[in-house]
Amino acid sequence: MSKPDTMTERKMTPGENWRFFMAFVRKEFHHIFRDKMTMLILLVMPILMLVLFGYALNTEVKNSRFAVYDPSHDDVTREIVEKLQINNYFILHKMLKSPAEVDEVFKSGEVAMVVVFSENFYENLLHGGHAQIQLIADGSDPNTASTITTYASTIIGNYQQELLKVGKIPYQITPELKLLYNPSMVAAYNFVPGVMGMIILLICAMMTSISIAREKENGTMEILLVSPMKPLYVILSKAVPYFFLSIVNLLTILAMAVFVMGVPIAGSFFWLILISLLYIFVSLALGLLISSIVSTQMAAMMISAMGLMMPVMLLSGMLFPTENMPVFLQIVSDVIPAKWYILAVKKIMIKGLGAEAIIKELIVLGVMAVALITVSLRKFKIRLE
Amino acid sequence: MNPIETIPADKVIVVRDLTKKFGDFTAVDHIRFEVGKGEIFGFLGANGAGKTTAMRMLCGLSKPTSGHAWVAGFDIYKESESIKKCIGYMSQKFSLYEDLKVWENIKLYAGIYGVPAKEIAPMTDDLLHRLGFEKEKNALVKSLPLGWKQKLAFSVAIFHQPKIVFLDEPTGGVDPATRRQFWELIYQAADQGITVFVTTHYMDEAEYCNRVTIMVDGRIDALDTPKNLKEHFEAKNMDEVFQQLARNAKRIEK
Repeated sequence: MSKPDTMTERKMTPGENWRFFMAFVRKEFHHIFRDKMTMLILLVMPILMLVLFGYALNTEVKNSRFAVYDPSHDDVTREIVEKLQINNYFILHKMLKSPAEVDEVFKSGEVAMVVVFSENFYENLLHGGHAQIQLIADGSDPNTASTITTYASTIIGNYQQELLKVGKIPYQITPELKLLYNPSMVAAYNFVPGVMGMIILLICAMMTSISIAREKENGTMEILLVSPMKPLYVILSKAVPYFFLSIVNLLTILAMAVFVMGVPIAGSFFWLILISLLYIFVSLALGLLISSIVSTQMAAMMISAMGLMMPVMLLSGMLFPTENMPVFLQIVSDVIPAKWYILAVKKIMIKGLGAEAIIKELIVLGVMAVALITVSLRKFKIRLE
Repeated sequence: MNPIETIPADKVIVVRDLTKKFGDFTAVDHIRFEVGKGEIFGFLGANGAGKTTAMRMLCGLSKPTSGHAWVAGFDIYKESESIKKCIGYMSQKFSLYEDLKVWENIKLYAGIYGVPAKEIAPMTDDLLHRLGFEKEKNALVKSLPLGWKQKLAFSVAIFHQPKIVFLDEPTGGVDPATRRQFWELIYQAADQGITVFVTTHYMDEAEYCNRVTIMVDGRIDALDTPKNLKEHFEAKNMDEVFQQLARNAKRIEK
């Protein structure tokens, strides 16, 4: 049997390998730029998310209607209601006759806040030195609830100052805040690190895994595997464009955050970028891992959406603080890379802390990156056998 | 005995007792055959008969459970990287990138198979001229009719002048006239000395092959020229030959 000629035996030179690789990277960019849907997701999604999250949290609350339940009916309570009414934040909607009506007015959506005075308010203030007001707000809209209860507390606080000044009553009124439906609060500024964590994950993990799954679906992956091209190159060339695009998106989000939303970058820009790059690697590795499990674009999308996006939204601390979660969910949240990334970004960008503050996050993300890349490359190789 | 010593020297594909099992299921059951240089070798069988699995093992896409095979003189177990450089492959899904232009597809695949960069452009023009696709050079592949895509995919698969080209049901979904045109390209390739290994379930295509194997339930039940097969089974055409053999099949068509 004739032995192969020398041409087919020869090894690829590094230059040739580089040429193949670049040809593949170019091909991936073609796929991205020629698909309107992909372009839309890549360019519009970050801006849309930032605007949605950003402005949802920054609404000024004006002319909120409130109801009052005042079993005490004395001078002080009347004055407090008066004070609340005279500015343009609040409009008195009605006086309630019984505590049972509180639920009703919330359910019907008539009011955004109910002010409940304790019985014998003035008496208590005089003799016990202490009286209570309860501010009840609809926490299903936590942003509004937070804003209006803060306004109301401030107004009551100011009134208390006045009382102290005139020396009339040197005592204390304690406004007690109560949020219905959603006891945990979304802190302002939270959303920028959160959106960064989501967008990077979306682009790196979801788009990479979808684009690899697409090659499997179309049958082109088979052709690549039959060819002399090294499988590692196929995979790396998939990751390169999304790596660059996520950097573009990262900078876009940061620019918008700083110049449009007025969220400052308080700490080191260098460390912010560094931890972001690390997180991008982790996300890319996750995408590769997903693509080694699934064989259709739909499955890739479902796993990315359900397996990555949902936990990031719910468990990363982006919307709900992880401290308030049951221990089990706290443990789950620890394995979510976005949690560590968002923590680190908050520390650097919002709190202005230095690199020493994010050593833990750097280590955790670093370990995750190494572990995920190792596993996904190994899984991909096994699949080829 | 070293199995290599038993290989006939003039054969480009030699298969000895090649077997593939998926758990308890034996997809390919001890098949043996040889393919000569420049031959058009047809692999027939119903869906699920094991023909695609057999081809995938020869291409290095699937690992055999047992048995031996040599492609272009290379052992499929130890020298799959060398095999990859001297074969071309076209899958059922015609395997081009829909969102790349015609010339971009050609350039990409030519590059993968190490065709020198300088030669790609003139070779591309030459190919498009032969196919009559000059006007479509800058068209996206998705805008072409299926028959054209298949022709183009085949031309791309042999662009680097491989020793063997594997075609897995290359003409699915087109009419017999379009299939006939496609086969003209296959004959041209065979004339250039490229061995063609093709799976199909169209019996008109079976008639075009030099030799045909018919797989039933993972085994090779018949292997000969279409003419001899028809004589042996006293059949008018390949379809009747196939019907006689397939009657005994135990696997239900998927």
